[in-house]
Amino acid sequence: MIKYVLQRILYMFMVFMIITLMCFVLIRMLPPAVLPPDDPHTFQILRRREALGYNEPYLVQFWLFLKNIVTKWDWGVSEKLFFGQNVWDIFVGKLPATMIVNLYSIIWSIPVGIGLGVWAALKKNTWIDYFLSTATMVVISVPSFVYAFLVQYLFCFKLHWFPFLMAGGTNYFSWEMLVSIIPPVLSLSFGVIAGFTRTTRAELTEVLTSEFMLLARTKGLTRAQATVRHALRNCFVVIVPGIFGEFIGILGGSLIIEGIFAVPGVGRLTLDAINGLDYNIFMLSTCFYTAIGLAASLVVDVSYGFIDPRIRMGSKK
Amino acid sequence: MTENIDNKDVKDVLNEKIPAEKFAFVQENENLHDIELQTKARGFFADAMIRFRKNRSSVIAAYILLFLILYAIFAPMISQYTIDDKDPMYVNYPPFVPETAKYGFINGARNMDSQNEKSMDIWYGIGEETGMNPVIKILGTKEVQEKYRGQWRTRTVYNIKVNMYYALGIVYRNFRYEDYEKLQQWQNETGIQVIYPYVDPQEYPGAAGNPNIWYQVDNASNAKKDKDGNYVPAYMTDESKAGAPYNSIRIKGDDGSWVYSYAKSGSVQCRICYYNFYIYQNGHEPSYLMGTNVMGNDLFSCIGLGARFSLIFAVLVSAINLSIGAVYGAIQGYYGGAIDMTLDRISDILSGVPFVVVTTLFQLHLAQKVGVIPSFLFAFVLTGWIGMAALTRKQFYRFKSQEFVMAARTLGASDWRLMFKHIFPNAIGTIITSCALVIPGVIGSETSMTYLGIVDLSTYAGTTIGTLLSQGNAAATSAPHAILWPSVFLGLLMICFNLFGNGLRDAFNPTTRGVDD
Repeated sequence: MIKYVLQRILYMFMVFMIITLMCFVLIRMLPPAVLPPDDPHTFQILRRREALGYNEPYLVQFWLFLKNIVTKWDWGVSEKLFFGQNVWDIFVGKLPATMIVNLYSIIWSIPVGIGLGVWAALKKNTWIDYFLSTATMVVISVPSFVYAFLVQYLFCFKLHWFPFLMAGGTNYFSWEMLVSIIPPVLSLSFGVIAGFTRTTRAELTEVLTSEFMLLARTKGLTRAQATVRHALRNCFVVIVPGIFGEFIGILGGSLIIEGIFAVPGVGRLTLDAINGLDYNIFMLSTCFYTAIGLAASLVVDVSYGFIDPRIRMGSKK
Repeated sequence: MTENIDNKDVKDVLNEKIPAEKFAFVQENENLHDIELQTKARGFFADAMIRFRKNRSSVIAAYILLFLILYAIFAPMISQYTIDDKDPMYVNYPPFVPETAKYGFINGARNMDSQNEKSMDIWYGIGEETGMNPVIKILGTKEVQEKYRGQWRTRTVYNIKVNMYYALGIVYRNFRYEDYEKLQQWQNETGIQVIYPYVDPQEYPGAAGNPNIWYQVDNASNAKKDKDGNYVPAYMTDESKAGAPYNSIRIKGDDGSWVYSYAKSGSVQCRICYYNFYIYQNGHEPSYLMGTNVMGNDLFSCIGLGARFSLIFAVLVSAINLSIGAVYGAIQGYYGGAIDMTLDRISDILSGVPFVVVTTLFQLHLAQKVGVIPSFLFAFVLTGWIGMAALTRKQFYRFKSQEFVMAARTLGASDWRLMFKHIFPNAIGTIITSCALVIPGVIGSETSMTYLGIVDLSTYAGTTIGTLLSQGNAAATSAPHAILWPSVFLGLLMICFNLFGNGLRDAFNPTTRGVDD
């Protein structure tokens, strides 16, 4: 098992390096940002570019890029948006806002989603099940900015329950911040809840009809006992990797929701970097999002093996 | 065991004697044969259709989808507006159709809160001057205490519902002399009053340049009414200040002394009724079934136009991805082994690149060379086929070891022929139906990208749903209709596509046959 995990990690790392190389070359092929002529940082940035090998072949540039990261954890400086500032520092400063919004959304979405899924599965083929299944279908189909609009219009504008935008500052646990965070959290939650409801319902209905459930009932367990101890445990083989995947996704955030509610997070930073053509920030965001995507799939794969002894892929190797 | 049973009453069937004459032939003079099948043989497709029709939600979704597609095709055609009709004044205005507005529907209404007496005078003044009363309904009044010159006084404010199109009322416009002549000509022909008498701002500084104040006001722009409570006209009578001679219809109550224009250098300034001026410019009354957006476009035709682009684009992307994915997956699944693994690694790498990054890089690199839409298309194609390839690969693994493939190979069929003549047709049902689920995905991503402004298609596709949504979002509180209608359309489209796709997938899946009932 450990060997398999290590293999997977190594493989993911290779994939990550290849993607980074591709994106790096594509970004460096673009003409570099035009710098303001009479700024004290300009000269410094030009010197930096010289040192980073902007006139050398791309592979040399990539090597220097990697060397700076490995030896000094230096991801370059922002050349447009935050002129002259260290990209990594900007980026890390944006992470908490994204994480806090996503964390809140997941913390309450997962129990609600699983709960609704269990409810729908236990009431299979009743109106509760039909209603929940249809609602799930509808919620999953509709894109998140529609919810953002609804939440903002109804709760923020009409009912005045919450402020329009997320409160400023870095005091993430103040009451004011908590209230102002609810609209983005709510907008993000719809999709997550619906996803978990759908998965749980599908899994549980399948497990509930299997023969060991019949055996569990025949040997005298009550319905609740049988469901919790036997059926739900089997469902978690599928659900838990999904939860792990979601938790990794916390870091990623949502470009759209962060834009609408002015969450000062990485999603918004990425979008600003794209629109402002700040290549160094964009490079870091690219690496970050790639790493998150790969890590999520890795964690999901590996956790399957840990949770379900039947799926020990590659363990015989 | 059997000995214990008391079987006196039970007939001894085995040893019972039946006399021979009691027997008769069933079919003495008939041929023995199977009964011909009374039912008609049902093909795979017909069978799938029957199962699809049983799924009621999918059928409803299919009809709504059909309606939405028809809307996308015909709405821009039947609408009297094109994407280039941008009205500079009717911006973010609520839905208004003059025919139904009389009965109180779609009447361009917007609620105005806390209107004081001064504003109410202006609203009613517009109604009295142009004959189009903007105040639809007074929703409520409120007494407010306010401090005025050191003393408290009570003031009444009104919450009213206003027809925005009428409420615009009179605006100032400068005309060249020949345009002014033309407008007068048009007035004479149609009898619609566009030009209204001028009010000299020097005479009434209290009007503060508001073109809608045509009555006498004091310096704080409060209306000076006569003893019956009527407005007193404040029109200019000084003929020497007129910009050009006026030989057209005059408003009611004009004895010929009121002046209709004001001299500006090289041009004429007039007070014009914008609603009627709109008729002069466009040949019809303003009629916006879904209102206008921030550009002054008609949302009804814009949504149709955006949807048209989205649908064509999504179908195109799915078709390309389907073809690439099918060939790629077929090669993977058929050959297996090292080829499968190598190709799998390639698709692993491609699927690892975040879509935002792909789109951005393609836009930055290719948009200048091949255009925005093709580079957007490439971004979709680069990673979009991977799901399709995985699906095809799985199907190929399922079918390639079956007897009919072996038989064909024994007969000498080439690899290519085996793949696409023998195995692929077996997998095509699954592949095609998954296409119906790919389309909403593409529409969703496309909308997100245009919403975020990463891809700007407005110059090439007119507009897109994503662009409309982001434009609407900027004014979501003052003009909710501008984001509501695109949202409703997009939401319905996505829901129906997904429901329809799910129904199709279940119907074409042979394993669910006969299970559901």
